Amino acid sequence: MLSAIWETEGLQTLGIVVLVFASIKLLHLLGLISFEEDSVEDELELSTVRHRPEGLQQLEAQTRFSRKELQILYRGFKNECPSGVVNEETFKDIYSQFFPQGDASTYAHFLFNAFDTDHNGSVSFEDFVMGLSILLRGTVQEKLNWAFNLYDINKDGYITKEEMLDIMKAIYDMMGKCTYPVLREETPRQHVEVFFQKMDKNKDGVVTIDEFIDCCQNDENIMRSMQLFESVL
Amino acid sequence: MAAGVAAWLPFARAAAIGWMPVANLPMPVAPAEKSKRQDELIILNVSGRRFQTWRNTLDRYPDTLLGSSEKEFFYNEETKEYFFDRDPDVFRSVLNFYRTGKLHYPRYECISSYDEELSFFGIVPEIIGDCCYEEYKDRKRENAERLMDDQEDNKDAKLPNMTFRETMWRAFENPHTSTMALVFYYVTGFFIAVSVITNVVETVPCGSVPNQKEVPCGERYTVAFFCMDTACVMIFTVEYLMRLFAAPSRYRFMRSVMSIIDVVAILPYYIGLVMTDNEDVSGAFVTLRVFRVFRIFKFSRHSQGLRILGYTLKSCASELGFLLFSLTMAIIIFATVMFYAEKGSTSSKFTSIPASFWYTIVTMTTLGYGDMVPKTIAGKIFGSICSLSGVLVIALPVPVIVSNFSRIYHQNQRADKRRAQKVQKARLARIRLSKKGSSTAFLHSKRNGLFNEVLELTHLPYKMNLSEQSSTEEEQQLSKSTSLLESQHHHLLHCLEKTTNHEFVDEQYYQQSYLEAGLQNYSSQSPSLSSQDGVTGTCCTRRSKKHHTPLPNASGPAHMPPLRHAHPRGLQELSTIHIQPLSTSRSSLNMRVDDAAPLNCQSSQITTAIISIPTPPVTTPEGDAHLPVGPAHQNVVKVSAL
Repeated sequence: MLSAIWETEGLQTLGIVVLVFASIKLLHLLGLISFEEDSVEDELELSTVRHRPEGLQQLEAQTRFSRKELQILYRGFKNECPSGVVNEETFKDIYSQFFPQGDASTYAHFLFNAFDTDHNGSVSFEDFVMGLSILLRGTVQEKLNWAFNLYDINKDGYITKEEMLDIMKAIYDMMGKCTYPVLREETPRQHVEVFFQKMDKNKDGVVTIDEFIDCCQNDENIMRSMQLFESVL
Repeated sequence: MAAGVAAWLPFARAAAIGWMPVANLPMPVAPAEKSKRQDELIILNVSGRRFQTWRNTLDRYPDTLLGSSEKEFFYNEETKEYFFDRDPDVFRSVLNFYRTGKLHYPRYECISSYDEELSFFGIVPEIIGDCCYEEYKDRKRENAERLMDDQEDNKDAKLPNMTFRETMWRAFENPHTSTMALVFYYVTGFFIAVSVITNVVETVPCGSVPNQKEVPCGERYTVAFFCMDTACVMIFTVEYLMRLFAAPSRYRFMRSVMSIIDVVAILPYYIGLVMTDNEDVSGAFVTLRVFRVFRIFKFSRHSQGLRILGYTLKSCASELGFLLFSLTMAIIIFATVMFYAEKGSTSSKFTSIPASFWYTIVTMTTLGYGDMVPKTIAGKIFGSICSLSGVLVIALPVPVIVSNFSRIYHQNQRADKRRAQKVQKARLARIRLSKKGSSTAFLHSKRNGLFNEVLELTHLPYKMNLSEQSSTEEEQQLSKSTSLLESQHHHLLHCLEKTTNHEFVDEQYYQQSYLEAGLQNYSSQSPSLSSQDGVTGTCCTRRSKKHHTPLPNASGPAHMPPLRHAHPRGLQELSTIHIQPLSTSRSSLNMRVDDAAPLNCQSSQITTAIISIPTPPVTTPEGDAHLPVGPAHQNVVKVSAL
C-alpha cells in the first residue's frame, strides 16, 4: 500500500522535475538566462597573419640570387601561400604532393625545422630564400653544414643514432609501400649502421660536424651529388 | 603532381640535397634544360578581350589545348598573339584554372555552353573543385532530363516495319498513338470504375424484407452482381492476356508491379469459381474478396499523378523509415511511462503497456479519441508532454516528403539517386586515377625517358649499336614530349630511389614480390648470375643482379630482366632470386662503390645495357616479378610453386 503511494508520488515528482528542467533549458535557449560559463563562441579567429618580405635589394644582397630569380621565386611562393608565410601544415601538404606514393609528412617536418631558422613556427619568404641560396648557390661546405643541421634534430651539434634513425625512417616513408624490393622493418636501421660506420671515425656513437664534413669531402659520390642541383633555377 | 605546386619544384629538388650524404649510390644525372627560356608573357586574345599570362602558367597542364602545342594553330603572326573566337566570360574560369589549379563553375553560366568551352579547351569537367561541383552536377542533371523529355515527345512518330506485337505494345503503353488504343484505354477505365463501384455497392444495405434484418444489396440481387463481376473480370483477363502477349520481355512484364496488381485483382474470382460451397472454406473465400479492391490500383495506369505518388513514396523510403522508427521509439517510451503513472489509479484503462500503445498513438497524432484518458496528475503531465512531442516528431519529416513529391512531380524523374551515386563513384575513381597517374607516369618514364637520357649522355658509339632497335626514334621523341617539369620531378623521385636503394613499383608487382618474399629462403648469391657476361666492372657484377640494385642510368628496359618466363620448376629455382638486399654483402658491396672509378662504372653499366637488350630471354633461372619491359614481353610470371 505504502509502496503504491510512493510510486505515484515518485512519478509525480519526477514529472515535475522534468518540467522544471525543460523550462529552464527553454529559457536558456531563448537567451533570457545565461550560466557562468563564459561564452567564448564569439571570439573570432585571429585574422591570418600577413607578412611582407624585405625589399628586393636587401634580399639580393643577402642571398646569391639575381633579381630575376628572386622575382620568379617569390611569385611561386606567394601563389601557394597568399598570406606570405608557410606554416607547417601547408608545408607538409605542398611537399607531399611531390611524393604521391608515400608519406612525406615526417620528412617535411624535419625540412620545415631546417628552414625555419628562427624557430617561430612559420617559414617566411626570407627563410625560404636563405635556405635555397645555401642549397643551390652555396659552397660545398655550406651545403654540408645545412645537411648536418637537418640531421641534427635537436640542434645540439651531434648526430646520434636515434636522430639518424628518425631521419632515415622519414626518408623511407616517402617511398611508400609499393617498392621493389619490399621494404622491411630493419632496412632503415641497417642503413643507419652503414652511415655511422662511414661517418663515425672515432666510434663514439655520435657524429660531429667535423667528422661529417671530413667524411663527406672524402666521398666522391657525395661530392658529385652535391653539385647536382646547381642549375635548378 | 598538382601543377599548382609546380613553382615549388625547385625547392623540393634543392631540399633533396638532404638525402645526399645518406645515400650510398651515385645519383642519376639531372635532366638538362635544353633551351633555357626566359619566362615570357603570352597574350591570349579571346574575342577581343586580351588576357595575358606567363607561358609557364599555361605549361602546367600539358594535356590541354593551351598547355600543348595545339595552341600554335591559333597563333596570329601579325599581332603576335593567340586568337580564340570563343566566349570571353567562360574563358575567365578556364584561365583561372591554370593559375590556381582549381576549376570553378560560375552559377550564372549556362551549363551546356560551359561544357562546350571546357571540351574545346581540353579540360575534363570532373576536376571542378568541390566548392562548385554539386551545383554543376545538379544543373547538368536538370538539363539532361529536360532534353530527355523533349526527346520523348518526339518519339510518337510511327516507325515503319513494326510487327503486330510491337504495335500492340506501343498502343498499350501510349494510348495516344492510335484511336484503337484510345478506345481500349477508355473502355478498360470504365470497367475498372464499374467494378469498384459494384464492390462498394454490394455491401450497402438496400431495402428490407419484412420480418428480417436488413440485407446488403449483394445478397439481394445476387445474380445481377454476379453477372457484373463476371463481365468485368472477363475484360480484365482479356486485357491481361493481350498485354502478356505483346510484352517484349514476358518475364520482365510478369515481374512488374502493374501486372501483379492485375493478377491479384482477377484471381479471387477464379478461386471463387473453383471453390465449392463448403462452409469451412467460405470463410477464407470472403477474405479473398477483399483483394478485389486492388482493382482500384489499376487506375494508376491511367493517372500520371498516382504513379508519381508511388515513386515519391519509394524515393522517400529512408525518410519514411526514419519517421516510423522515431515514432516507434517515442510510442514505447511514452506508453511505458503512462502505464506506470496510471498504475495506481483505480479502474484505469491502462491495463498493460501494449494497451497504452493505443493511447500514445492517438495522442501523438493529435487524434485524441478520448476512450483512454489519464486520471493521475503524473499521468496528465506525461500525457501533455507526449502530445507536444508527437506534434514535433511528425511535423519534422513531413516537409521532406512534400518537397520530394514536388520535385519529382515537376521533373518527372525516375531512379535518380542511383544514377547520381554511380557518377560520384566514377568521379572519385577518376580523381584517384589522376593521382595515381603521377606515380605511374614516373614508372613509365623510367622505362622510356631514362633510357633516352643515357643515349644523350653517352652520345653514340652506342647509338649505332642500337639502330637495330626500331623504337629508338620513337623513344627520342617520347623524351621530348614529357615536359621539363615532369622530367625534373621524375629525376627527383629517382634520387629518392637511389638514396634508399629501393624502387617504386606498381601495386600488382608489389603484391607479387610480396608473395615471392614469403616463399624465399635466403641463399647466397648464386653463381648462375654470371650468365650476364660481358659485365666486367666490379661495380657492375652485382648490378647485374637486377633485382636489388636498380641502376642509376640505364635502369630502363635494359636491366629489367626481359626474362620472365613462367616456371615449371619449383622453389629451388626461385631461391636464387634475392629480393631482400642482404645486409652484410650489401655493405661490402657498397664499400666497393667508392673504390670504383665512377666514370668506368657508368660506361660499363651502359655496356651492360647495350648487351642485354638484343639478347632476349637468356635462360637464367630468374623469373621474378619485375616491371614489364615492353610490349614484347607481357607475360607476368606467376609463382608456380604456389
